[in-house]
Amino acid sequence: MAMRHSVMLDPKRCRGCTSCIKCCPTEAIRVRGRRATILPDRCIDCGNCIRVCPHKAIKSVGDSLDRLHGFEYCVALPEPALYGQFHNLDSVDVVLNALLKIGFHKVYEVARAAEILSDYERQSIRRGPPAVTPQLSSACPTVLRLIRMRFPKLMEHVTDTVLPMELAAILARREAEAETGLSPEKIGVFAIVPCSSKVTAARESEGLSRPVLDGAFAIRDIYLRLLGPMREVEDPAPLSSAGILGLGWAASGGECAARLGERCVAVDGIENVIRMLEEIEDGRLPEADFLELSACTQGCVGGCFNVENPYAAKLRIKGLMKGLPVSRNRFTLEGEGRALVRRDKPLQYLPTFVLDRDRQAAMDKQRRIQELEAHLPGLHCGSCGAPSCRAFAEDVVLGRASMDDCIFKVRERMRSMAGSKEEADDYLPPPFRRHQPEPTEK
Amino acid sequence: METIKLVYPVEGGDLIEAGEASSKMKLTLKKLGLPQDVIRRASICMYEGEINMVIHADGGQAEVEIDPGQIRICMTDTGPGIPDVQQAMQEGFSTAGQTARELGFGAGMGLPNIKRYSDEMHIDTQLGKGTTVTVLIKIPQ
Repeated sequence: MAMRHSVMLDPKRCRGCTSCIKCCPTEAIRVRGRRATILPDRCIDCGNCIRVCPHKAIKSVGDSLDRLHGFEYCVALPEPALYGQFHNLDSVDVVLNALLKIGFHKVYEVARAAEILSDYERQSIRRGPPAVTPQLSSACPTVLRLIRMRFPKLMEHVTDTVLPMELAAILARREAEAETGLSPEKIGVFAIVPCSSKVTAARESEGLSRPVLDGAFAIRDIYLRLLGPMREVEDPAPLSSAGILGLGWAASGGECAARLGERCVAVDGIENVIRMLEEIEDGRLPEADFLELSACTQGCVGGCFNVENPYAAKLRIKGLMKGLPVSRNRFTLEGEGRALVRRDKPLQYLPTFVLDRDRQAAMDKQRRIQELEAHLPGLHCGSCGAPSCRAFAEDVVLGRASMDDCIFKVRERMRSMAGSKEEADDYLPPPFRRHQPEPTEK
Repeated sequence: METIKLVYPVEGGDLIEAGEASSKMKLTLKKLGLPQDVIRRASICMYEGEINMVIHADGGQAEVEIDPGQIRICMTDTGPGIPDVQQAMQEGFSTAGQTARELGFGAGMGLPNIKRYSDEMHIDTQLGKGTTVTVLIKIPQ
């Protein structure tokens, strides 16, 4: 079943320029009929295409704020990255109080849930080494989907915890029920998130069989609404309940820091993540206990929903940590509650890249792909709409394209029909000509 | 007839790029849906062989043949050859130079690792002419 992605295309803006196809780490985009199309099974919601599109035609959409009207009582779960978006902010309380003025009745910081998860992890570490090392962070939904697609052997390395926003949702809903006496369906729980992948995760959880969130709003959609009310907050109620470690989760390295003293390393940027997963898959990183993996550069502050650039946001969050205790939350859940922090379904392999479920058929297809690729120009020009000649050959064999979609193959055929042997350089664009003088400066 | 052939040239003297061939091969093996364990073992053998060719032989070439029942990796270089194969197969024995050691290679685990992770391994070496390491990994049906 295809995922319900939040990354989508605006057909009116897309001009079919092919800028996006090469930046996609899972080769999930093809251009057809002057516009890009996303192969839903392959998209991991990393947001690379959104960042690179010159026409702003690929976007990710958070849930509509109208959803708040569907509930009697609404809880906001702000991700810590939100705090990094504002100039001259001296306390997280200002943001949290302002959230109560724009339609939410209660706030529960995701940073708080992050601290609980970190304490749970520290307690697990004290109990003894895990079955396999290194352990891999389960906090970035894009990385989880990447592992499920391309590194199934590493699924057992992923820590068994839910996303911080998911734990926040579970605990916030419990609190809200107890405080208001309302029945669960009257309470709406919404995360305020820095990236498309968390919007998708709110709809379809990687680790929970039932959704625990009623929606996820993009930071940039909340941002403008908050500015006015934030100015009006004069004497903010002390709502903030996370410490330095919880706020730290906003940026790459924060989750590592909260594990205290383990041999941890934080990896950010999807290409770097892929490189490290390759190393771990082959057992070449025996010295690591834990890897924090964020698809976005600099971690969640680098998500495509942020208003501020990741470095400025990181600096501001550091400023907000001043005077805060190290951590203000512990994992104290007892009995059945202990299971709340853990996934209730195992990660499942997504064999998206496998050419055919039947191995013999897959081998036949691979052989045909190689044969076709050998006859392609190897220019990766993108004119066929695929990111590379190899991807195009794969598309042809899998029935997604025809060999005539390659302009070079068509030219070849037309030449042979006309009976001419030599390829006339004049008719080719400069990058493809065999004899072309180098450009000179004026 | 049914064999899939992959050929990867390995650049000499470039320890930073070493590992690229094994990465590429791994992706192809995954597309075939081969067992994870087979993929991992083939990839480790290829990686170690690649490093050896870079450190000792100024590069070479890796040829992979995939059949329904096995993967055969043949790594050929025109380097100095191995004077004492038995010694070279011992864990911890290495003739790697200073540069390679500074980069964390040369632990003397290359050939022993290939041996450990392959089903069959064959070394054909001639002093002054070069070395060919052939590795077989069986694919359980």
